[in-house]
Amino acid sequence: MDSNKLILEIRNLYAGIDEKNILNGINLKINEGEIHAIMGKNGSGKSTLSKIIAGDPSYSITSGEIFFKHKNIKDLEPEIRSNIGIFLGFQYPIEIPGVKNIDFLRVSVNARRKQLKESELDTFEFEAFIEEQLEIVKMDKAFLERGVNQGFSGGEKKRNEILQMALLKPDIAFLDETDSGLDIDALRIIASGINKLHTPKKSIVLITHYQRLLNEIEPDFVHVMHNGQIVRTGKKDLAIELEKNGYEGLALNNTGK
Amino acid sequence: MPSNETISKVLEKSYPYGFLTEIESEKIPKGINEKIVRLISKKKNEPEFLLSFRLKALRKWEKMKEPNWANLNYPPIDYQDLIYYSAPKDIEKKASLEEVDSEILETFDKLGIPLSEQKRLSNVAVDAVFDSVSIATTFKEQLAKEGVIFCSISEAIQKHPNLIKQYLGQVVPINDNFFAALNSAVFSDGSFVYVPRGIKCPMELSSYFRINSGDTGQFERTLIIAEEGSSVSYLEGCTAPMFDTNTLHAAVVELVALDDAYIKYSTVQNWYAGDKNGKGGIYNFVTKRGKCKGARSKISWSQVETGSSITWKYPSCILEGESSIGEFYSVALTNNKQIADTGTKMIHIGQNSKSTIISKGISAGKSKNSYRGLVQISPKAKGSKNYSQCDSLLIGDQAEANTYPYINSQQMYSVVEHEASTSKISEEQLFYLQSRGIDNEEAISMIVSGFCRDVFNELPMEFASEADGLLGLKLEGSVG
Repeated sequence: MDSNKLILEIRNLYAGIDEKNILNGINLKINEGEIHAIMGKNGSGKSTLSKIIAGDPSYSITSGEIFFKHKNIKDLEPEIRSNIGIFLGFQYPIEIPGVKNIDFLRVSVNARRKQLKESELDTFEFEAFIEEQLEIVKMDKAFLERGVNQGFSGGEKKRNEILQMALLKPDIAFLDETDSGLDIDALRIIASGINKLHTPKKSIVLITHYQRLLNEIEPDFVHVMHNGQIVRTGKKDLAIELEKNGYEGLALNNTGK
Repeated sequence: MPSNETISKVLEKSYPYGFLTEIESEKIPKGINEKIVRLISKKKNEPEFLLSFRLKALRKWEKMKEPNWANLNYPPIDYQDLIYYSAPKDIEKKASLEEVDSEILETFDKLGIPLSEQKRLSNVAVDAVFDSVSIATTFKEQLAKEGVIFCSISEAIQKHPNLIKQYLGQVVPINDNFFAALNSAVFSDGSFVYVPRGIKCPMELSSYFRINSGDTGQFERTLIIAEEGSSVSYLEGCTAPMFDTNTLHAAVVELVALDDAYIKYSTVQNWYAGDKNGKGGIYNFVTKRGKCKGARSKISWSQVETGSSITWKYPSCILEGESSIGEFYSVALTNNKQIADTGTKMIHIGQNSKSTIISKGISAGKSKNSYRGLVQISPKAKGSKNYSQCDSLLIGDQAEANTYPYINSQQMYSVVEHEASTSKISEEQLFYLQSRGIDNEEAISMIVSGFCRDVFNELPMEFASEADGLLGLKLEGSVG
């Protein structure tokens, strides 16, 4: 592996919430441009892993390291992680009543641009910039004027997440069950949006239960999580095997020790 | 997590208006009695009718008791230990702005209210009140061309005694309540606005109240009259230096709207709130009331209350005219040991009268924030409607929020709706914003700003950004 291409490395990560251990020694390396899929049963720790990488302070790391571009980010605030290029697409995007979506997006984008030493966009420049990006997720302009995720349907919230990914242009994006709750048309729109945002430099981690998303976005690697560990890693056919035989069929005998 | 510590840091932005202007003032002796009231009236060279108005009020006040029904808690005030009149020395001599003491002009400059011709705002006329006296009123001549009178109430008493005689004390009677009676006896200055028939006031009118001395109570009196078919938008702002002791502020504001007239009255109240432990700060006991006297008249109150150690204030509307409209939009933020008991009264008398109440209370620290509102539908008010919405946002786990809605409907054919909610800033919301590159402080500001949006949207442009800044917010007010 060319270490210069390594973008994210997780070393022996143990973490949990309150007194409860959730991650029990995660090891993962992701290179520039790769697409990884993480699958696993409910409660296997997939969402926790993505939230910890984004810096959710409700979780605490007991041991292990997280390197982003060779820099340990374990102790960085979530906003710094976002600014340097880590993105989390939320499984359940949060509503912020009364805060206009477009204002929120502009503040967010300008924070990232500042980090990249690009000039901040004023209201007019931002409107022009966002208009191009709306096309990627086929989102109506009217959503910009509403409160952040306020009264959005499940599908609209997910589109708003991918819109944020398009605006922030992260180097690595963790998309936590972005496909759940979507009908097949919405799934295609979102998948094609994600594909458009994928470049040889940008990495994507898809957290999903279903093979159907992986039909739309082809992963380089598929990992299976169980009891807070990655117990199997393979290529796309692992996901197909999983779809066919279920997690039972994988004979997961790892108990998380 | 977004510990209470970071949250209080955001809310505890220092009070930049806490400075004291060193100036020689003329004060009268402490205490309140007939002699003092006569002395104030004499200093202001008032006509006989006003002196008797004051003395009548004094007699009523002496028989009244301080109200104790509000959710407040403060040590007894010694009304004989206060000074009821203080003025920068020789103020009467200043005929024009150029002669006003430069210290005072600088004070207003520092407060962001430049008065001098070169610097003043081009679209807002300002009446600046320093302690008990109106210092200057800008754009008077331009307004006079339209027939609009905008001056200090002292000047109005001299120059327009008939209007004062006709309207003063008509909306808030001298014996209305303890603080209103006190104000009626000793009021020193304030603003007067008269908009003649059919005139839309060509610019925003604004009063800026500054308390400077520590031991002087401030008792301002404002009267706004909008004749048939006229309209006016009036803003008031207020600040005070930081003192360890409490200062009493008891104002009375009266509004009168005749047929088809519209008065919009906005307040950003930022009196000194006292320190973290509740030491010092202004006691703000204010009576504000508007009378929609004419048919289809409309009075709209909007207020952003962030200062004072105690706020006791219920801007109200008497909806006398048929199809008249009353509105109340309020944001009240309390922190540390501040106490606010604020709300409104909508008194429906006229047929088909309508009122809207939107109240947003934010309580942080160990503060207490209560909404208290009355909606009264009298037997004559057939077809009248009220909608009330009271939302509270709690920050931290030591603050208190209360809602006391009183509804009294004596008319079957009327509709009263009331909605209320209480919420907390959630950790999920904060993490969501932070994960988008927005730091903790700004995230809190953003959430609070969103919570207040319905009210901020009602403020005049000039004030919306100030109000936003006041709450430590950075997002609101972008061009759009």
